[in-house]
Amino acid sequence: MLDKINNILGSDLTTDSAWAGYCNRKNHVALEGQKIKQKSGPRVGIPRALFYYHFFPQWKRFFENLGWEVQVSPPTNKAIANEGIAEAVSEACFPVKVHYGHSLYLSRQGVDLIFAPRLISIERRSYICPKFMGIPDMLRAQIKSLPPLFDISIDLSQGSRHLNRQLRQWALETGLSPHQVEQAWQQAERETDYLNSICRAGFRLGEAIRIWEGHPMAKKGPAALNIGVLGHCYTLNDSFVNLNLFGRLQEMGVNAVTVEMADPDLVHKAADQLPKRVFWTVGRDLVGGALVYDRDPAIDGIIYMTCFGCGPDSMVAKVIERRMKKPFMLLTVDEHSGEAGLITRLEAFCDMLRRRRDRVEDNISPHGKFSYSH
Amino acid sequence: MRITFPHMGNSHIAISSLLRELGLDVVVPPPCTRRTLELGARYSPEFVCLPLKLNLGNMLEALEKGADTVLMAGGWGPCRFGYYAQIERDILEDLGHSFQMIIIEAPDSNILQLIKQVRNLGIKVSWRQLYSAMRMAWAKLKAIDYLEERMHYWLPRAINKIQVEKTISLGFKRIDRCSEQENIPRILEDVEQQLSLLPAATAPAPLRIGLVGEIYTILEPFANYNIENQLGRLGSEVVRTVYMSQWVNDHLFGGYLSASSLQNILKYADPYLKSWVGGHGRETVASTVQFAHGDVDGVIQVAPLTCMPEIVAQAVLNKVQEVEGIPVMTMYFDEHAGEAGIITRLEAFLDMIRWKNAEMGKISYG
Ligand code: SF4
Repeated sequence: MLDKINNILGSDLTTDSAWAGYCNRKNHVALEGQKIKQKSGPRVGIPRALFYYHFFPQWKRFFENLGWEVQVSPPTNKAIANEGIAEAVSEACFPVKVHYGHSLYLSRQGVDLIFAPRLISIERRSYICPKFMGIPDMLRAQIKSLPPLFDISIDLSQGSRHLNRQLRQWALETGLSPHQVEQAWQQAERETDYLNSICRAGFRLGEAIRIWEGHPMAKKGPAALNIGVLGHCYTLNDSFVNLNLFGRLQEMGVNAVTVEMADPDLVHKAADQLPKRVFWTVGRDLVGGALVYDRDPAIDGIIYMTCFGCGPDSMVAKVIERRMKKPFMLLTVDEHSGEAGLITRLEAFCDMLRRRRDRVEDNISPHGKFSYSH
Repeated sequence: MRITFPHMGNSHIAISSLLRELGLDVVVPPPCTRRTLELGARYSPEFVCLPLKLNLGNMLEALEKGADTVLMAGGWGPCRFGYYAQIERDILEDLGHSFQMIIIEAPDSNILQLIKQVRNLGIKVSWRQLYSAMRMAWAKLKAIDYLEERMHYWLPRAINKIQVEKTISLGFKRIDRCSEQENIPRILEDVEQQLSLLPAATAPAPLRIGLVGEIYTILEPFANYNIENQLGRLGSEVVRTVYMSQWVNDHLFGGYLSASSLQNILKYADPYLKSWVGGHGRETVASTVQFAHGDVDGVIQVAPLTCMPEIVAQAVLNKVQEVEGIPVMTMYFDEHAGEAGIITRLEAFLDMIRWKNAEMGKISYG
């Protein structure tokens, strides 16, 4: 996916003037979006969960191009999470339960449709996770009062033909013009490229979405401590799930960087060093990101946050851990985790990083492995 | 080269036969025991699924016995199994073992890659030898399937259950030792004859319980706490749609030996699960629906804890259960499960089905 974005991406937002121009333009686009909203058509609900964080701008633009109104569920809160936990199979991972909660919320809002795509693959011969492939069926099987789902299958390993066929099919079922729908989708795809370019300027996906929505944000710079943070976008950008990890790190004077800010070419090249390609798209980016951070002298340590019961992470974390020379901490969270435990571990980790850095500045060898997991 | 491979139920009979016929020195790992699991779990990442831990335990025990080469299957996801070999190699290397690993990455490679590697080591294998080794292995796989199926049939019916288990396991031993393909049918006939002579209860018919789920957990009794025997002893007949020969065919022989029979049942899943979800998730749903349409009384889904495709299937089975009116129970296994608790759950499930059947006027015993 990142390859593709990189190719399409003409402009580089890393300079400040390009950045200011970009923010202005986005404000303008956001206003336009509001105008469309007035002549509202049907209303579609988009759960603020799972790959919302990768594709929201694209999905929103798509529906708005069709004259639809878009409703997003609010940021995850206790009520949403609890409802999801109650409805989903108890063996599911926390992020999937949270997605159930958001879908339940939307189904009570009287939306005409819930957007629940089946994400099979967004790059050749790689998958996200089996749960992404089954999400619409899982929701349908377990939630009674569910509005119709728009469950288009996104399988880019089959090329865009497959997707276009489904879009045309959906258009016919919905009484729209197939041509218009296809065009609306194609046009909307650009938003993902924009979103990624915002990330490259040093923002996490969740922040980039806020900026895309027209809320300019100050750029952050390196701090006394710089930590590479690994994890799935729906964990790292949902402060309910991650127990406000980034807020805490900021309070501790840490500049946290995430993989979406890095150069995708570097990340992929690093991941390609493994004897076998990691076939989970996110896992592969995390391995690449970890290897890049491990070599980057500006990074002091690496934190990997995973959700209890996450299948791919149980493997990927191992692949990463054994290859890290820098301090590495694995944090496992689930619906029962408390913030207090997290803070203690973060503080201990940061203290250790500071001591280690001071030692390095005293010219003591920076090498040595430390790993800390809970 | 002393080659080994991890266990999966009785598959070692066919795999070791294949490797031996190719002229290799084979180290079959000791059967899975508590120690195997403890070793495997100790060195595996905590949250990986049970088959990886057992695989690793098998490998460690085989290396102790002098193996220096590990044969392992691979794959391309999204199920974790496809990356097992990588993690296992990392762990074994970190533990200081020196060995080499041969990974068969279906569908990119198959048993022919193994032959190439074997030849590179200077061991001569002719095409004829390969052909006859594969035929023999295939015949043994079919024999394994047959014996397992006969056990499902006789265990609930025979009065002396222990005798059935003994006869069957003797049958496995004879197939394992058998070096002439022509003798296999005779052994099977023999076993069947002995079983049919055991005193059996004639009526009413046993409950028929469909076993679906993740394939390793279905096929490896140690991973499912011997569920097939438990069910048989409790008077129910196990019905399956997945068999050993399929898995070996798909993963080791690149699907050459026979077309996957599961393909034709997938359509049953369509109304409930519209996509492939990796592993055997879709097959689990399809088999359950097919069972509901047939004469199966209830379905048990088995899988390692945190198995992703089976979690998707489990969610969907909620609906299948409701719409098709078939009782379904899901059982997840990890190293912390206990046998007593499992038997209690099986008994309760069977009782519930008998009640339900009695209400509908169907008679069965157990
Ligand atoms: S990748 Fe992990 S956290 Fe995400 S849906 Fe799959 S199992 Fe859950």
